[in-house]
Amino acid sequence: MLINFVRIIKAGWTNFWRNFWLSCATVSTMIIAIFVFTGLLLSNVLTDKLIRSIQDKVDVSVYLNKDITESDIVLIKQELLKMSEVTMVEYVSKDDALNQFRERHKNDPLIIESLEELGENPLQAILNVKAATPDSYKKIAEFLEQDKYKDMIEKVNYRQNEAIISKVFQISDAMKKTGIVLSIILALIAGLVAFNTIRLAIYSAREEISVMRLVGASNWFIRGPFLLQGIISGTAAALINWIVFFGVTWRISPQINNFLPGSDIFHYYQTNLFQMLLILLATGIALGAFSSYIAIRRYLRE
Amino acid sequence: MSLIHFQKVSKIYSPKSIALDEIELKINPQEFVSIVGRSGSGKTTLLKLLIAEERPSKGRIFFDKDDIHRLKDSQLPRLRRRIGVVFQDFKLLPQKTAYENVAFAMEAMGSPEREIKETVAQVLELVGLSEKTLSFPDELSGGEKQRIAIARALVHQPDVILADEPTGNLDPIHSWEIIRLLLKINELGRTVILSTHNKEIVNTLGKRVISLDSGRIVRDEENGKYMLY
Repeated sequence: MLINFVRIIKAGWTNFWRNFWLSCATVSTMIIAIFVFTGLLLSNVLTDKLIRSIQDKVDVSVYLNKDITESDIVLIKQELLKMSEVTMVEYVSKDDALNQFRERHKNDPLIIESLEELGENPLQAILNVKAATPDSYKKIAEFLEQDKYKDMIEKVNYRQNEAIISKVFQISDAMKKTGIVLSIILALIAGLVAFNTIRLAIYSAREEISVMRLVGASNWFIRGPFLLQGIISGTAAALINWIVFFGVTWRISPQINNFLPGSDIFHYYQTNLFQMLLILLATGIALGAFSSYIAIRRYLRE
Repeated sequence: MSLIHFQKVSKIYSPKSIALDEIELKINPQEFVSIVGRSGSGKTTLLKLLIAEERPSKGRIFFDKDDIHRLKDSQLPRLRRRIGVVFQDFKLLPQKTAYENVAFAMEAMGSPEREIKETVAQVLELVGLSEKTLSFPDELSGGEKQRIAIARALVHQPDVILADEPTGNLDPIHSWEIIRLLLKINELGRTVILSTHNKEIVNTLGKRVISLDSGRIVRDEENGKYMLY
């Protein structure tokens, strides 16, 4: 048993090197296939970040009455946080609102001037409310429109922005779905290309396979070396991709960061270096072994 | 008791293509049997049935006590190790050296490494190719390839050597080398079944000859001759 295992490994290894050019072709196509897989994986990470950053910008502002007391504000905040839909409540006091306003319009002397002229702070305190899902905003708005809050709250800006909010969520959902479908299709194509290369390699060895059978080798004794060749090819392709993506993410990360601030893909790759290696190896080995297993099956049938 | 027994065996590919028609045949241990006939007479089909590469349409084939076509798939390798096969086109593994080609049959059986080394060396010596152990099939002549193939068929010490037109691709001098080798193997106690249409060889051998025509045995004689119809 052990000796058979050792022989299978030895044969697979020798065959891989003796068929050097055939192995090169297999490894090359597998590099491309795994490159596509990894590219899809990283672009999914990116789209996810993009979608989240868009959805993060969505919130509901609650404009509070000018004469509201601190304790009422705390009360509303607590009530809101009790709702399971609410993920965050941010309190912006009148002064904070004014400072933010000034900061935003610091290059517009006219507005600053008129603000000085006014003498007092015309702005209201605001509660910014964030929710996990788009439909929660409606619920939150309805919650705040209850009679008991009527005296404390001047306005909830949900109604004005309702259409935009739902549009943003619609688009980001569509992006997510398209991304997934596209990924699956592309991954499937890449997998099929790799599978076909291995199939051709095994097809070219079909005579040998039939000879091995006639000489009395068991199916596993014949299959083993081919599986191992597939695994070696997959491992080689995974390792090469691992290094290639180190360079690729390093090169393109600044450009992507311009589009999508805070999405340092190189940093992501670096921090997940080990997981990436595992994912790449698993993909490569599974692709190589599975393709070889399926491809050789028809030549081992009685 | 006979070693091989074909019991009313027919192989019908389609109603118009009957490869074998009710073959009844017994071969004894340590016999040297030539099977002759034109192309398409059924020689190759007969041999393929014996190594369970094909199944008979009717009838049964016994090897020793086993009904070959009742064996499970997992038992076939064991049967094939008792029968060494030599083909017209050699069927060597091109990616393996001469030594590895011969050793493969033993490796497949799970024999220990030391035993493989000894036996392969002996068998290569027997076929006279001790100096070519590291050559790949591409680097060998036709006669040498066939001798490697015979060495491979012999190495796991089968009871029977099946040679399917082993001289078909060889010139007369190399053909005789191969036939002499088969005779020597027969003298060492193995059953040899030789399928051929080389008249000169059959007539010189002076051994049992079975003549096939259109899937039937038309002649089966000790010390037979090659007859044409």
